[in-house]
Amino acid sequence: MDKISLAGPLVYAIAAIGPGIGIGLIFAAYVSGVARQPEANNILRPIAFLGFALVEILALIGLVFAFL
Amino acid sequence: MSSTVLALTHTADPGFEPPGIADFNFPPIFPDTPFDFVTKPLLASVLAAIIVFVFFTLGARKGALVPGRFQFAVESVYTFIRNGIARDVIGHDFAKYVPYLVTVFAFISVNNLFGIIPLIQFPTLARFGFPLVLAICSWLIYLGIGIRRAGFFGYFKSIMFPPGLPVFIYPLLAPIELIQVLVVRPFSLALRLTANMFAGHILLLLFTLGGTYMLTNESLVLKLLAPFSLAGAIGLTSFEAFIEVLQAYIFTLLSALYIAEAMSDEH
Repeated sequence: MDKISLAGPLVYAIAAIGPGIGIGLIFAAYVSGVARQPEANNILRPIAFLGFALVEILALIGLVFAFL
Repeated sequence: MSSTVLALTHTADPGFEPPGIADFNFPPIFPDTPFDFVTKPLLASVLAAIIVFVFFTLGARKGALVPGRFQFAVESVYTFIRNGIARDVIGHDFAKYVPYLVTVFAFISVNNLFGIIPLIQFPTLARFGFPLVLAICSWLIYLGIGIRRAGFFGYFKSIMFPPGLPVFIYPLLAPIELIQVLVVRPFSLALRLTANMFAGHILLLLFTLGGTYMLTNESLVLKLLAPFSLAGAIGLTSFEAFIEVLQAYIFTLLSALYIAEAMSDEH
């Protein structure tokens, strides 16, 4: 293992922290929303996955840059 | 102890080669012919198109009032997209866009699920060109809807200059919104799909190749640890199945959202 091959994974590990926290917050809010009002599940699901997709793209951009 | 380590390093001299980008480049199937552009992902995507076509054609052919088992499967895929995405997100006049959304969802699902189907075992959309074409389809559709609704200048004016903001915000907001609608949206749609499939495929490769390497290694410790790696590969395979359908759902959801935004009068 030389320095160059470790740089990408390490940078990606740092880049994944923020999206990890963000996705956790989104699904925590989704779960508590459904727990309080189970009939709102169908309204909340697209919103939750939309937020998930918008946060996830940050981690995936990091992944792409790790391989560049 | 040190002598065994030394012996290990000498016998296993090539070492473990982790999977990388090279695993996503396939050689042409018919080299040195005019058809040398045909590779495994291309054939897989054609096969996916055929599967989707046959699935929906057979399911819709009979149209029985009380559906059989197969027709029920086809109709539940259709109903899921129609009610869960098209009706809830787009709202009124959603019927026009249901065929596109259902087709895109089915095509992406099948292509992604190729990643865990034996003998194919490659998610076609991990090659950036395939999802890029799908994203450009969505891009053309929502731009076309917006331009037809408000005219070329009217549509871009409604994107770049949404009413009700202080004037000094507009020089900042207008370029950001324009870049987002024209570049970031299609690019992020394609990139999300590609990067997910790429990461999932590399993860599976890592666990299976690593398990195989440990199993064929001479060291007894590695041999004993190899089943854990292979069991991890099996667990990840089912996780991948979930991720692959979820990504198809997200692509369809975002396409529907962009269409709904282009249709609405207010930004």
